[in-house]
Amino acid sequence: MKEPAGLAIETQGLVKRFGRRAAVDGINLAVPRGSIFGFLGPNGSGKTTTIRVLLGLASANSGNVRVLGKEMPGALASVLPDVGALVEGPGFYPFLSGTGNLLRLDAADRHASSATRRERVHDALDRVGLSHAAGKKVRAYSLGMKQRLGLANAMLRPRELLVLDEPTNGLDPQGTREVRALVRSLAAGGTTVFVSSHLLAEVEQMCTHVGVMSAGRLVAQGPLDELRSSGEAHVVVHTPDVERAAGVLTRLGLVPGQGAGTGSSWDSRALQASTALHPSIALHPSMALHPSIALPEAKALVATGLNGLAPEAIVAALVADGVRVRGFTVESASLEERFVSLTGEGFDVVG
Amino acid sequence: MGSSAGWALLGSELSVLFRRLRTWAMLIALAAVPILIAVAVKLSSRPATPGRGPLFLDRITQNGLFVAVTALVVCVPLFLPLTVGVVAGDTIAGEANLGTLRYLLLAPAGRIRLLLVKYAGAVAFCFAATATVAASGALAGVVLFPVGPVTLLSGDTISVGESALRSLLIAAYITVSLLGLSAIGLLISTFTDVPVGAMAATIVLSVVSQVLDNLPQLEWLHPWLFSHHWLGFADLLREPVSWTSFGENAVLQAAYIAVCGALAYARFSNKDVLS
Repeated sequence: MKEPAGLAIETQGLVKRFGRRAAVDGINLAVPRGSIFGFLGPNGSGKTTTIRVLLGLASANSGNVRVLGKEMPGALASVLPDVGALVEGPGFYPFLSGTGNLLRLDAADRHASSATRRERVHDALDRVGLSHAAGKKVRAYSLGMKQRLGLANAMLRPRELLVLDEPTNGLDPQGTREVRALVRSLAAGGTTVFVSSHLLAEVEQMCTHVGVMSAGRLVAQGPLDELRSSGEAHVVVHTPDVERAAGVLTRLGLVPGQGAGTGSSWDSRALQASTALHPSIALHPSMALHPSIALPEAKALVATGLNGLAPEAIVAALVADGVRVRGFTVESASLEERFVSLTGEGFDVVG
Repeated sequence: MGSSAGWALLGSELSVLFRRLRTWAMLIALAAVPILIAVAVKLSSRPATPGRGPLFLDRITQNGLFVAVTALVVCVPLFLPLTVGVVAGDTIAGEANLGTLRYLLLAPAGRIRLLLVKYAGAVAFCFAATATVAASGALAGVVLFPVGPVTLLSGDTISVGESALRSLLIAAYITVSLLGLSAIGLLISTFTDVPVGAMAATIVLSVVSQVLDNLPQLEWLHPWLFSHHWLGFADLLREPVSWTSFGENAVLQAAYIAVCGALAYARFSNKDVLS
């Protein structure tokens, strides 16, 4: 991954209050140039407010903001032409066509060349797959189409920085994939992408860096792998002898959890957290993706914490105790578990 | 690049404003006023009683060129402020309501520039609205009534061509009259994200100003009311033309533009755009 020196976005002690409530409470963001930065957080944790302040739509109560190396909001006029943005959903004139809307917004930018305007609008619409609906009034657009039009607006000109607030909101799975591909191709071209989301899977799939907001504070930020590895790893044991294996793992200092379909009442911190707070989410990716059907009568047993042991030592201990090990995997913590442990509360709860 | 690109936003603003169905509906409604007046007078007119001059509206039966002036007089107190209130109240609040305000600012349009362009759009509408009434009135007058030399308030008679010029002059006077109201609408529009609220407040203010202007107890206040000179264009129907009221009106409207413009700038330049 190429990582040019410098930061695309940098804040120090950024505070934004609404009345007495601090929506953003002293955050120090550092978004490296060239990164795809996932800005995560539950609804109401201050993500959109932060974006509004970064882009000069709202003023900060205190703290410093630098975007593309320039002090904001002083350098707003010279920075914004290099920034494409989608903030809190699309906003368009319903009585204008998709093309008409983009022409209007492009005309608002006095640095945008009017000679290439139509061509750029056409290309942007083409890029988000809206060419066929370009002449249609936006009134007749679906939410997903408006979202695509919003993305097209962000890409009217080559940008150094793209700020995308919940870009896949309202998109179908196909559209979500396209957005991911689009973001990756833009990043490959050197554009820094700052993408806010409350969808962990989305961030996990496309981002190189992550920042996690909780109740107006930035509780973690850094490269995705670093954040993930700072969580506890799991071992997943496939075996018919679940109870014996659990006994061995407990003796080794691991915390066994419940495998799919065992019916026993093992629990682990990770599972407790995810089942209690997100009943709709599959218990563990490994169970959802490779359940024990492939191994008749074997069940999956998940245990957290390697307790400093080498994986092969764990397997040796299991086998020595007569556990029929039919499968053994070590997995680093999922971002979701890490997220829950950081924000400490239900994901969709407003902070 | 280049300075000419700065005008693109104004062009875009005008095209968006005048491509809107709502704008056309209002202009058509305004155009209907002189037509209704002319038709009604045509259908109900009777010969003037000997010894008494024709009634105000009946004057137009003698000369169709009076239709335009009569229609403008009828439209000034309510119809024109109503439509101007809708456009001026919508300037910023309408964009905020659609969610386009944030994207215009991110373009970046620049806050001062956007405010100026929005006001210019409202001014263009003031002119279009007044011109629509005048043109539709002239057309209805020519079609339905005889047309001939016009006798002015000073007793002089002017040609048809000259009278068309006078009609344009009156349209210009009324356009200027509406500039203060437009500035008030723009100011109110920066305070809300609900365009209907800004429109209603602007229109209500135009009525309040006219009511206050009719209360003799508040005579000290009258010269300061933005509607004070609204019907003062009679001076333009004299020979030679007296420019006093035109000048006084222009100065008053300019003062409203300056004050409301400054307040709108102060409000909008620091506003958190959260819509």
